[in-house]
Amino acid sequence: MARIGVFICHCGENISATVDCAKVAEAAAKFPGVVHSIDYKYMCSDPGQTLVGNAIKEHNLTGVVVSACSPRMHEPTFRRACAEAGLNPYQCEMANLREHCSWVHERNEKTDDKAIDLVRMLVEKVKRNNALQPIKVPVTKTALVIGGGVAGIQAALDIANAGHKVIMVEREPSIGGHMSQLSETFPTLDCSQCILTPRMVEVAQNPNIKLYTYAEIESVEGFVGNFIVKIRKKAKSIDESKCNGCGLCTTKCPNKKNPNEFELGMAKRPAIYVPFPQAVPNIPVIDKTQCTYYKTGKCKICEKVCQANAIQFDQQDEIIEVPVGAIAICTGFDIKKTDFFPEYGYGKHKDIIDGLQFERLASASGPTAGEIRRPSDGQVPKKIVFVACAGSRDPAKGIEYCSKICCMYTAKHAILYKHKVHDGTAYIFYMDIRAAGKNYDEFTRRAIEEDDAKYIRGRVSKIYERDGKLIVVGADTLMGAQTVEIEADMVVLATAGVANQGAEKLAQILHVSYDQHKFFSEAHPKLKPVETNTAGIYLAGACQSPKDIPESVAAASGVAGKISCLFSNSELTREPLIAVVDRLAPPQYSSCTGCFMCQSVCPYNAIEREEIKDRNGNLVKQLAFINPGLCQGCGTCVAVCKSKSIDIEGYTNSQMYSEVDALLNF
Amino acid sequence: MSDSHNHLIDNSLSGKIKQNVGVSLARCYQCGKCSAGCPVSSDMDFPPSLLIRKLQTGLPEHEEEVLRSKSIWYCLTCEMCISRCPMEVDIPPMMDYLRSESLRLHKANPAAKNIIKFHKAFLDSIEQTGRLYEMGLIVDYKARALNLIQDVALAPSMFAKGKLKIMPELIKNRKNIKQIFKKTINKKQK
Amino acid sequence: MKLGFYPGCSLEGASREYNESVMAIAEEMGIELVSIPDWNCCGATAAHNMDKELSLSLPARNLALAEEAGLTELVVPCAACYSRFCATQHELKHDENLHKKINGIIEKEYKGNLRILNVIQFIEEFIIDKLEDKMKFEINKKVACYYGCLLVRPNKVLNFDRTEDPQTMDAVMKKLGADSIDWAFKTECCGAGFSVSFTETVGRLSGQIIEDAVHRGAEAMIVACPMCHSNLDMRRPEIDKYNKKKSDMPIIYITQAIGLALGIDRKKLGLQRHFVPVKLNDFKPYTKKTEVENPQKMEVE
Repeated sequence: MARIGVFICHCGENISATVDCAKVAEAAAKFPGVVHSIDYKYMCSDPGQTLVGNAIKEHNLTGVVVSACSPRMHEPTFRRACAEAGLNPYQCEMANLREHCSWVHERNEKTDDKAIDLVRMLVEKVKRNNALQPIKVPVTKTALVIGGGVAGIQAALDIANAGHKVIMVEREPSIGGHMSQLSETFPTLDCSQCILTPRMVEVAQNPNIKLYTYAEIESVEGFVGNFIVKIRKKAKSIDESKCNGCGLCTTKCPNKKNPNEFELGMAKRPAIYVPFPQAVPNIPVIDKTQCTYYKTGKCKICEKVCQANAIQFDQQDEIIEVPVGAIAICTGFDIKKTDFFPEYGYGKHKDIIDGLQFERLASASGPTAGEIRRPSDGQVPKKIVFVACAGSRDPAKGIEYCSKICCMYTAKHAILYKHKVHDGTAYIFYMDIRAAGKNYDEFTRRAIEEDDAKYIRGRVSKIYERDGKLIVVGADTLMGAQTVEIEADMVVLATAGVANQGAEKLAQILHVSYDQHKFFSEAHPKLKPVETNTAGIYLAGACQSPKDIPESVAAASGVAGKISCLFSNSELTREPLIAVVDRLAPPQYSSCTGCFMCQSVCPYNAIEREEIKDRNGNLVKQLAFINPGLCQGCGTCVAVCKSKSIDIEGYTNSQMYSEVDALLNF
Repeated sequence: MSDSHNHLIDNSLSGKIKQNVGVSLARCYQCGKCSAGCPVSSDMDFPPSLLIRKLQTGLPEHEEEVLRSKSIWYCLTCEMCISRCPMEVDIPPMMDYLRSESLRLHKANPAAKNIIKFHKAFLDSIEQTGRLYEMGLIVDYKARALNLIQDVALAPSMFAKGKLKIMPELIKNRKNIKQIFKKTINKKQK
Repeated sequence: MKLGFYPGCSLEGASREYNESVMAIAEEMGIELVSIPDWNCCGATAAHNMDKELSLSLPARNLALAEEAGLTELVVPCAACYSRFCATQHELKHDENLHKKINGIIEKEYKGNLRILNVIQFIEEFIIDKLEDKMKFEINKKVACYYGCLLVRPNKVLNFDRTEDPQTMDAVMKKLGADSIDWAFKTECCGAGFSVSFTETVGRLSGQIIEDAVHRGAEAMIVACPMCHSNLDMRRPEIDKYNKKKSDMPIIYITQAIGLALGIDRKKLGLQRHFVPVKLNDFKPYTKKTEVENPQKMEVE
């Protein structure tokens, strides 16, 4: 006979301001099987938990329904409290009176009725709960880091230095990411390359890190502690074991007029190339789409000049399969290009560039060797306009968020410009200066006070070209929204930061959620900022939202900490909320008919064939068997099973039906 | 937590704009892009974004300034503002509403009298004939605006080029048009 | 082929050359344009500046009459009328109550099924493909295509071409052999309805438009709106006064440009009615290209 206890939480005022908790407790006391029902201000507090524990002992409860907030919040709390009082933790359920009731309704009788219904449903469910035992699984103590920008580098180094193996996968031929393209960094103006390259080298040299560049994630299977990852190593057409990085091939390649991605199209590169001088690894790749040999079948000059015999034209993509225990997503971001802006000419004006292009112009290793020169004619611009919020905070363009880094890098650009062009004038059209951060506001003040940046508060409505000048038409909202027209030599758009190309596809491969802008979603905006919703998969850096370097590095170290924690145990405990196939006495063995529909739909490859044999070894029946290590409890198999032989533990069909019944047949 | 303030009636001008035209001025974050692109913002006493700012405060003296402003009459409805507005604040219908409120409350700016006279002459022509009778419009407007000299030079050459008709075109179902005027603009004015 | 047609007041009056040229090229292409019986003025800026319901009722009456006459496509060459018609159709489509109310006011049943075409859509759909066969001349001139406001804005109502740097007219002019220039004032306002009431403002706004086109070497400006035309053509003294220099760049309706390419008589196109004389001549005789000379190169372009 069921003996159920009901505990109604006020959640301070969160629930009680809207729901009459005492009334709900009173009503619940009358449900069949309920032997104890009370309400209390904070059930999750220590005294609240004690109330639950004491009631279990005192009333010899067989099931507990805590009616409070979302189970995502406090289910572990109350299950632990139940376990401590001697009740199997899976005999405890939560009715969500906060998110499902008080927060979404007005205070009235109907709301109380709904709260009572919600409790009744869970009471009926918990009567049918089984005592379950957690599942133990082993952990592979190798981490996969996807992306070799500053976040990936930091995460990889921290995990490796904690003594664990790391596999780093980078899509481009070199690690370094966007940070390797930057000239100087705010707010200290230290050289980006100078602080990053030692870390890049460290990655290459750390014995715990295996680096795959020019590689992408093909598939990920398994679960926390036990992922199986397939990596596609794209053919570089170079034998990496032979190449000594002499670079002769790149200088001799006759096909030199290809747009240089690293220089954002402002320079050319050969078809066989190393993206930049400090690249790690310092091994070239052949761009098959541009290479004369791949296009015409003739040339092979690189092969002729290579002393190491490292050129391999027939190299194929290679798929590598690796087991890993945890995954860090550090895939970074991208920025909108100038062609995103109709009112600024759809990218047709050469001297309207984006912020990253300006970084390359200001960089000593860039196409102009650090001199600010405009792309159209190589002249030094004497009047330069920076446009902040280009595409950011612009719902009409589909980007309502603040890209966060632009205010600071625009101030930096204005400073760098003044340092390089002393007689030049920099104008900055801005809406707000968002400089929250250590020494950030001081930095923007420096741009204004010491380096003469002329800030104009207003947006730019239109930019057009006339006689080699760019006419920038904006408003000054601090002067009554007067029109301001500036005849500029060059314009830099601080374009919106957006999710990296391929982020959505990667999210789907990894089964992690992402937002409408294709940025990866954290598990909780405050308390789980580096976790994803999928256990064992973490995220760091600008793949989550636009972030600056310190933030990305901090998040990466956070991820490394999380992964190190995970790897500190030799096995993991998992919730036993998984699918099981029913078992019956012989000769039926199970109601499963062996159609294996479930096998074809299972996204985790968790379903195997089990053969039942008689004493003589003859096959009697084939059944579906669900591997408890692989099953994630998604329930897809339950939905397709025609013989209704599969149930999810903790969410059995009979439990679900009883909940619906309690709602409908009252 | 669950108490909502959204059912309260906002009697400010911006509240009325939201209710009647569906344009939320609270969305405007004063970037000024509309003012920068507006072809007549230099003629206006308050460029569009400033006009919105005045309404955002909800202060009666600011609302009064808006209703008595030149700006609302100088707006050409060229739609440049809304086509570039990052927050999609639909300014032209807001201007339409402000003009009709300004007229209703007899607060139209004196500088706008020519525009209003022109519009009235224009609509009178349609009400009488069903179509625009340009010759009649110009004569009527010039008489109303007491501006007989301006454009006098243009009329003969327009006439010579066959651009002005001496007689108005009359549509057949003028009763229908009169009805339309009676049920719309004339209903409100009287 | 028969298509519905709404001339609007301007095309019957001060901008009759626009009407004449539309009719001339339609005739040349074998298209019959059938006017809406007993049509009335769309109300233009005056109506929607003064009264919203009036501004919807006047176009709605025309649209209802067109439907009654069994028309399915309606060609509206005047950009202002086109804009009012599209706005009316859009508003009534998205507000059922308003739709009912307006039907009550006009005492007619407007259903909302009409396809409203501006002059460029009319050309793209019914004329451009036939041009090659009928063209006699190439308009071998540098032209600035001027779209103004009403053809492209608001985009969510009109859904025609892009609002910044539109290209549809340019494409038509290129087809006619013209060199259509890239310039900065394609969609800036000419001053529109202020032609009579704020002439000085029109002088400034139209002046900037003329100045930029002339500066970039345009020999003619191509328009598709009678309001733009009359401001840019008739208000040339005010424009020249603002610019402090005289300009003789003619303003030509796109239909007149097509007419010239088709070799239609200038008088029939109403070119003599312009205030700024249209002196353009010496057009290059057109020979139909039989084969694409270098298909690969074409693709790259």
